[in-house]
This record gives sequence, C-alpha cells and structure tokens, in this order.
Amino acid sequence: MANSNQLKRVDFIFRNENDWEKVLASTIKKKPQDLINELISSELKGRGGAGFPTGLKWKLTAETKADEKYVICNADEGEPGTFKDREILSRVPYKVLTAMAICGYITGAKKGYIYLRGEYKFLKPELEKIIDEFHYYCKETSLDFTIKVFMGSGAYICGEETALMESMEGRRGEPRNKPPFPTQSGYLKKPTVINNVETLVHTFTIFKYGAKKFYDLGVQYSRGTKLFSVSGDTPKPGIYELELGMSLQDFVYEFGDGDTKAVQVGGASGFLVPRKKFKDAAIGFKGKLRGISLPTGGSMMLFNSSRSMYNVLDNYLEFFREESCGQCTPCRVGCQQLLLGIKAVKRGDKPASYLDKLLRLTETMQLTAKCGLGQSVANSFSSIVENFREEMIY
Amino acid sequence: MDPIQLLIKDLADKHGRSRESLLPIIQGVVEQENYLSEQSMVEIAREIDLPAADVYGTASFYSFLETKKTGKYIIRVCKTITCAMKGKNQVLFAIQEMLKIKLGETTPDKRFTLLETNCLGWCHKAPAMLINDEVYTELTPEKVREILSAYMKRNNNNH
Amino acid sequence: MRKKVNITINGFPVEIESGKTILDAAESQGIRIPTLCFHKDLCVAGNCRVCVVEVAGQSRLSAACATPCEEGMEILTNSLKVRNSRKQIIELLLSEHNADCTKCYKNGNCELQTLSSEYKIMTQDFLELVPLKKYSIDMYSPSIMKDDSKCIRCQRCVRTCAELQGVNALTVAHKGDQTKITTFFEKAMRDVVCTNCGQCVNHCPTGALVEKNYIEEVWEALANTNKHVVVQTAPAVRVGLGEELGLEPGTRVTGRMVAALKRLGFDSVLDTDFTADLTIMEEGTELLTRLKKALVNKDKDVSLPMATSCSPGWIKYIEHMYPEHLDHLSTCKSPQQMFGVLAKTYYAKARNLQPDSIVSVSIMPCTAKKFEAYRPEMHDSGYRDVDYVLTTRELGILIKQAGLDFNKLEPMKFDRLMGESSGAAVIFGATGGVMEAALRTAYEIVTGREVPFENLDITPVRGMDGIRETTIKIENPLKEWAFLDGVELKCAVAHGLINAKTVMDAVKSGKSNYHFIEFMACPGGCLGGGGQPIPTNPEIRQKRAEAIYAEDKDLPIRKSHENPEIIKIYKDFLKEPLGEVSHHLLHTKYTKRARY
Repeated sequence: MANSNQLKRVDFIFRNENDWEKVLASTIKKKPQDLINELISSELKGRGGAGFPTGLKWKLTAETKADEKYVICNADEGEPGTFKDREILSRVPYKVLTAMAICGYITGAKKGYIYLRGEYKFLKPELEKIIDEFHYYCKETSLDFTIKVFMGSGAYICGEETALMESMEGRRGEPRNKPPFPTQSGYLKKPTVINNVETLVHTFTIFKYGAKKFYDLGVQYSRGTKLFSVSGDTPKPGIYELELGMSLQDFVYEFGDGDTKAVQVGGASGFLVPRKKFKDAAIGFKGKLRGISLPTGGSMMLFNSSRSMYNVLDNYLEFFREESCGQCTPCRVGCQQLLLGIKAVKRGDKPASYLDKLLRLTETMQLTAKCGLGQSVANSFSSIVENFREEMIY
Repeated sequence: MDPIQLLIKDLADKHGRSRESLLPIIQGVVEQENYLSEQSMVEIAREIDLPAADVYGTASFYSFLETKKTGKYIIRVCKTITCAMKGKNQVLFAIQEMLKIKLGETTPDKRFTLLETNCLGWCHKAPAMLINDEVYTELTPEKVREILSAYMKRNNNNH
Repeated sequence: MRKKVNITINGFPVEIESGKTILDAAESQGIRIPTLCFHKDLCVAGNCRVCVVEVAGQSRLSAACATPCEEGMEILTNSLKVRNSRKQIIELLLSEHNADCTKCYKNGNCELQTLSSEYKIMTQDFLELVPLKKYSIDMYSPSIMKDDSKCIRCQRCVRTCAELQGVNALTVAHKGDQTKITTFFEKAMRDVVCTNCGQCVNHCPTGALVEKNYIEEVWEALANTNKHVVVQTAPAVRVGLGEELGLEPGTRVTGRMVAALKRLGFDSVLDTDFTADLTIMEEGTELLTRLKKALVNKDKDVSLPMATSCSPGWIKYIEHMYPEHLDHLSTCKSPQQMFGVLAKTYYAKARNLQPDSIVSVSIMPCTAKKFEAYRPEMHDSGYRDVDYVLTTRELGILIKQAGLDFNKLEPMKFDRLMGESSGAAVIFGATGGVMEAALRTAYEIVTGREVPFENLDITPVRGMDGIRETTIKIENPLKEWAFLDGVELKCAVAHGLINAKTVMDAVKSGKSNYHFIEFMACPGGCLGGGGQPIPTNPEIRQKRAEAIYAEDKDLPIRKSHENPEIIKIYKDFLKEPLGEVSHHLLHTKYTKRARY
C-alpha cells in the first residue's frame, strides 16, 4: 500500500532523456516472446479507462495469424476532465512512436496509426514533423514500420476502440459487436492492437527500465503509475504522475481547496465520491484494495461546497445524451430519459420516488448497453443520486 | 472544372478513393470551405463512388463536420462540467453580446458562427474555446472580447 | 461439417455447431428469443438489445443475435434479470415511439405492438419523448410513406436498402438523441434515388415505413354507379394474398381471389397475366428484331443485351444509375401498363363503354407500380391508363373491410376478353419467370419446335441464386430465321437490385456477352415484392415460388402465343407485334435521372 500521508509523485512519463533511438534499437534485438513476457510480468493495465492487461492484448494479437496487422494509438481523449494525452503528445511524442514500433515488431504489424481527436488538430503539424524524423530513423535501421495520423472530427464515442476503427474505416463511429475482439478482427478486419497514448508510454518505460521498475510502484492489482488530470475547485490544477493505489483522502489533502465536497473520479463515466467516503476509496483497478476501488482514465475533478450536485449530474447527462452514438436502445433512449427525468423531479413534475425508477433504468443500461458509454452512465448517476439525493429534489 | 470539384479531386488523389478515404476527404473540404454543402457532398460521392446518403450519414455523425452553412470563423465554447463551473456562461454572454448572435447563429457578415461543444481537454485552464482550430484558454469576458476584436481586424484575405 | 460445441439453455443441454449464435441455438430448441433489429435477410446489427440473455459468468447480458456459442456456455433466456431488462427496453422504445396504435396503419401487424402485448406493458412511467421532437411525415412519394415518430431506429430499412438492394437511399444521420433514419440531406424520398421498390416497407417492424394506400379512393370508385371499375391482378398476388387472410405461405388462392374481387363490386375482374402474355409477344418480337439487326444488318448501334422492362423498381434504378444505357431496356411497357391502356381502348370499345367512365385498378405485389402508374408518359389511352394501384396487403384490407370470409368463398374464374392467360404468364411472378416465358415462345417462333426441356420447365433459369445464366443453342431454325442457325443465345436472370448492379457493371464495362437479361428489383422476383404480405424471409419466398410453378403446371395452356385471347387481340386490334397500334399503345420511353 502506498504511503498513507504522502502521494508518491514519480517522473517516468515526462522524463525526456533523448534516448528513444537507443531504446528502440536495443528492444528490437530481443525476442518478441521475451518482450511479451516482460510486459505481462509488469502487470501494466490500459490507462484509457478500461484497464485491460496490455501484455495480454499484445500477446493475443501476436498469436493471431494474418497477412496484415495494425497498431493504433487511441488519442481520442474525450473523457471530461482528462487532458493528459495531449500533454504526452506535445512533450514526449517519441516515446509513443517508439512504443508503437516495438509493438509492431512484436506483433508483426507494419503500419501504425494515431487517431487524433479533432479538438487537438493544432498538434498535428508538429506531430507529423516528428513522425517524418521517426520514419527516417526507421529506414536507417531497416525497421519496417510507418505511422500515419488519422484525424477525428468531434465524437466522444470514437474513443471506444471499435467505434474508433469504424471511424477510421470511413463510417459512423458506431461500436461493433464484441466478439470478435480487435486482437482477432480489428481495423479492416485484421488483428489490431489499440492502446491509449499513456499506456504506450508506460510500455516504453518498461522496455527501457525493465518490468520490475514498473511493478515495484503502485499496489497489488494496480501496479505502476498513472497520470492524473486534476481540475475543478483546486489550487493546483494540472497533470501529475502518481503511484496507483493512493487513498482518495490523501489525494484531497494534496489537491483540495480545503472545502472539497466531492471528487469525480474517472470523468463523467466514473464515480462521484462524497466527502464522507474519501477515506474508504483508493484509486486503482478492482482487486483487494481496501474499500471502493475506482479504475480510471485519470480524470479527477474536485467540487467544493458551492457546487450543486444536481447541476453536475445534469451536465454529465447532457454530455451523454449528445455524445451517445444513438445505435442501441438502452443508451440512446436511456440517456434522454435520465436527463429529462432528473429535470422533472427537480421541477416537481415527477415525485422523488421517480429517482428510484431511474436508478433501476441505469442498472438496465449497465447490463444491456452495447458499449462502455451506455454501460458507464450508471456509475455517475447512481453515485450522485445515492449520495446527494436531497440535491436532486429541492 | 468547378473549384469544389477540383478541390475534391485533389483530395481524392492525395487520400485515395476507398471508403477509408472518406473522412480525410471530408475533413479536407471542411478545412477549406468550413462546412459541407450539398454540392460538395454530391461531388465527394461522385469522386469516390459512394452513395450520397452514406456521405451525408457519415458526415452528420461528427460534430465538427457542419452540413449547414457557417461563417468563416466557427467559435466553439466548451460547456462540459469544469468549464461550466469556471465561468463559461459569462464568456458565452460576452460573445453573444459582442457579436449580437445567439447560440447556433451566424453573424450577418458571415464572419462568425457561435456553437457549443464538449470537453476540449483544457480543464486545468478552464474556460476554453476553439475558433476553427485555434485553442483559447483561461477565458474571461474581457479576454474573449480582445480575442474577437483581433479576429474582426483580420482583413478578408487572411485565414 | 463444423465443430460442435456443448452448451446449456435454461438448464437443458444443447449441441450446436460452433459459430452459430445463441439465437440460432435457442431456435433449434423451439425457444423463440424476441428480436426487433434482427432479420433473416440481413446482416446482424445487435442494436435494439431486445434479445439480451444471461450467460453464466458474464456480468452483463449478451445479445443473443450477435453472440456466437462457445463450449460450456450456460445460457438463461428468461431469468428474472433478463425479463426485467427486456421489459425496460421495450418501455424505452415505447417512450420514443408514437404509441397511438389505434390510429396507425400497422395496427395489428406491428412487431413492437406484439412485443409490448407479450410482455404486458400496461403502464408508461417514462416520459413521452415524441412530443418533444419535431417529427414530420414524408408523404410526398406516391409509393411509400415515412413517419419518423414511429421509428425505433433498428436500422433494418437502411441495411435492406444497402445490402439487399444496393440502392442506399436511406442512411442513419446525426447521433445521440438526434439519431434519425433519413435520406441524403434529409430530402423527401421522392427527391432522392429511391426506386420505390418497397423492400424497406417489407422489412420495417413498425409503422414507420408503409405503402401509400389508395383504399378509400377505390371504395369511392366502386360505389360510383357512373363508373365501370375494372381490376387486374398480378401473378404474384394469387400466391401471397392468402397470408393476409390467415392462410399458410404458398397457398394458391386464385379462384377465391377472383370471387372476393367480384363480391367487392368490381365490374370486371381481369388478369394482368393476359398482358403478361402480350408482353411476351411484343418483347419476344423485339428481341428477335434486335438480333436480326445485329446479326444480319451488322448494325453496330443495336443495343444488346436487351433487358426486360416490367419491374418499375428496376426501371427507376437503371434511370438513376445507368442513364447512358437506357437503350438496352425493352421499349415494352410492363404488363400493368399495357393492361391499363388497353382497358380504356380495346376493352372500352368492345364493351361499348366511354373510356372516361372506366376506372382502372390494379392489384400488385409492388409499391413501385404506384409510381409507375403516375409516370407522366403513361397516358397513351388518352386518360391515365391505370388509376389506382393497390398492393396485396391493401386487397387484404378491402376483403376484411367487406366482411368476406375468404375461406368460404367459392372459387370463380376471371372474366373474358382480358382474363385468359397461360402458364408462361403466371410464372412472371417468380424470378426467372419472364425469361422462361420468353424462351418458350421465342424458341418456338424461331425453330417451330418446343423448348428442349421436359414439360417446358426451363429449370436452369429457376431458383433463388442472385444471378443465374443459361445458354440456348438455336439449331435448325425455320427458313425465316436462318440467320440464327448455330447462335448460342446467352441469357441471364438477376433479382434484387444489388445483383442488377453486378450485371449492369459488366454490361457497362463491355464485359457482358449476354443477349437477353431479366431484371427484377425484388429478392425472389415479384413474389417477394414490396407490396406483398409482411413478414418476408427466404423460406416464405421459396414457398410462394413453389406455388407459382404449381399454378403454371396446372394451366391447360403453357405458352403465351397459344393464348386464344392473345390471338384474338392481334387479329381484331393490334394486327401484329411491334405494329403501329402496338407502338403507340404498348411501348414507352424512359427518363434519365441523376445518380445522386
């Protein structure tokens, strides 16, 4: 367990020692199987919010037989309160490119794509310049891997892996049925590794320093560090690399403004934790963490006592109502019902007990929605309504 | 050849003519024209041999691909939670007051269109907005007035 | 044979082929998992989420239509969790739906209605979303009406128009709460490339897409004692109508259909099959004329292959997509339109009626025929040749409204003058039928012998494959047709517009060496038409096809040129095929249309 009174700040991600060429060269000298084992033993899990074991993902893709494979970097960072991937791509893009090339080496993919959200278009020119230099290096070392930037155009749902691939294939970003999974059938139906920007940078750290360095940080089931995007009612908004497993109470001591009423962990798809539960919550992936464990893309939004939790929930539901792809019934209609429902309760058109019907609706959405968006609305809805019920009514 | 046809032909030469080329081509048209007119969608359909309905259905999915005519500068003010908490409404009012348009409208001189958008990824420097591809953060009513004045002073040949 | 996997469904062990979905496995056990967006004709979507089931070990429910069975799966199709979730999903759909069923055209035949009834949804606690949206009804097309307030966004229509027909007139637009099914730039269906084939109507589970109906207009005409109302019935109707009236798919109801029409008050119940025979005479002669021009005169401008022109969905398709190739179309009108023009000329004269007192109604398995009847050029009688087109479904409605007990009706025969037909005519209703009918006549005209197929059943052109071809060698023709000696007549049949595209692309690129091609817009031919009873699926269409060929077998005359009424109309009225009268009344021209 991380030290209780101090948040461990680490500096692996943004540390730039200008040695990516060396790391790339030395890594591709090793056997792919050994590299996979290294990743697996690091217990690195995806840093975009879903938390799938990265080593396993690369292993499955490497094992699928196909004439073509792809590596995609998911830079469609859209979760409210998250802005870490933008920083990474501005400050240490070489780590991302190197990680993608290593993934290509391991899995057999020759082409990589960076799906960059439309809102980050200003990053594109510089990024493409760096990619050109990267290609030059690859040619010099006979590494067959090319990377292209693919721009998004304003759709949060395209952060979902299969919706992203639909978008890249020139279609609406409507998530696909799973199975099949991208490791078997992804972009253009070929095996594809699709990883978040931050996850790729962590693989760079692991390949450079070895799995143990990564594994030794964090806690059981939540190894390593994570970038946290901190915003809201805080004197220290910004990006911080912290060990996983920290207690939320410690986080609030460090980042709160002294009057923190609640913290939204993981963006609009995450959980709202009220003050009384800070000490029971730890930030990390499901496991034997004490109390509530909150997997996350790292978005931490702090709310002080001047904020209305009704307004917060209203804002999230408005977001989901617009950003839902609209394909499946529970999400498309459910988001509308939830938003209009809380408005009706607030106005008095529906009794307070209607909130319970809405809570049951979110359970159904969690069970039946086709993708993570619809499945996650329940998280913020139930955590806000259950902990701040009185604010929904009066 | 009509300038739109030429633009689309060039984009198709650059990005290819398969279904995967659709989004880059549409983005190229929007970059130049700011929005997708009916004519440009027909031309795209013709150039890469896709049904027109598919081009429209795909384009309309994405918030940044406008199918209604817009002004030269599209202002997108973030309305997600942190920006909302940090004063986005004041910023919005300031813009509305200065340009004399409401959300969704375009100024009569076709210079500005005002829209809202979702999280831009600048929450630690909220409130934020985009004007076309440029980001402006830590906005206040005064700052936003300065920014818009600068845009107004740009002569018509500048982009 | 694929590997088998062992699973359990509701505790009972099931052995199923690996790769089959949970939905298939349940069906094999006689368990019907409810679905909405799933359709046997289309690829899997998995978006309505009605078919969710519980799989042991999974925290979420899985869509049965989209989840392949894996070894050891334990599936529950009706657990409390599943039922509660399904109920909520239906409630959500209803909240987004104009649930005013009593005022809906699909009342009684709506899949959402059936589902709500099954799950006894008797309250609506959710908020009504329909009043908050500004929905419009697109009533501009003469064939199809689109009502967004009833759309459940299952996307079946979009998939149908894309995968089955390759027309792509419909798409999904916007996202989130603004998601809607619409056309290019949200124009009226009349203003886009919609071919009016009505397959979207056939596949729509609710009343969002329905045919434009002319029921009241026909009742009024029937009630008008000053009008002589003539009705013609297409071949495919007589093998489909039964389904509207509670009979099994593939029941032949020709005699009862005629009896019902008489009881409805039609002054004369005649048969489109008559003009189908006429079409064969005209079109067969046209083909032979083109062949002569090509082979004897060595005319380079002759348009071969020649394509049939009786399917108005196909006609609008080629007008939009291949406007430079309209010369390939036969100039013959469709049987419906030939009938219409003759009803107000030949028939009117023979019965001593004023043409403007005749109301010409047709019963068709087709929605595009409604568009065809209103084409501006279809006026060669001096009046609108066909006044109203009713689909098979609408006829079913008329029969029910008249209170007729269909099964108790004594079969009757068609009236005279334009009611006699051959087996060659009735097979027009199936894909390959026009080709077979044409060959039976053309071969005999050219060689003096019957087609070399047992029982006149030209089986190579039959079946449900998308594109079929056959070659018939002409040997020892009659002296007049000596130029065809040794010619291998290459014929092709395509049904479903997506197959029409394949064939036409080959024609366009010059790679096609066919002489004659039959095109049908709808899968299965007219028997699967946009106006036929709903539901439709491959099994139902197969049964209707078997009924059509059975009708053919039982008819005394099997070739168009032996139909005595046909012989009579040429003797008394038309004189000869492609003659001056035919040219004026029975042939038409086509319109180039925009591709987008």
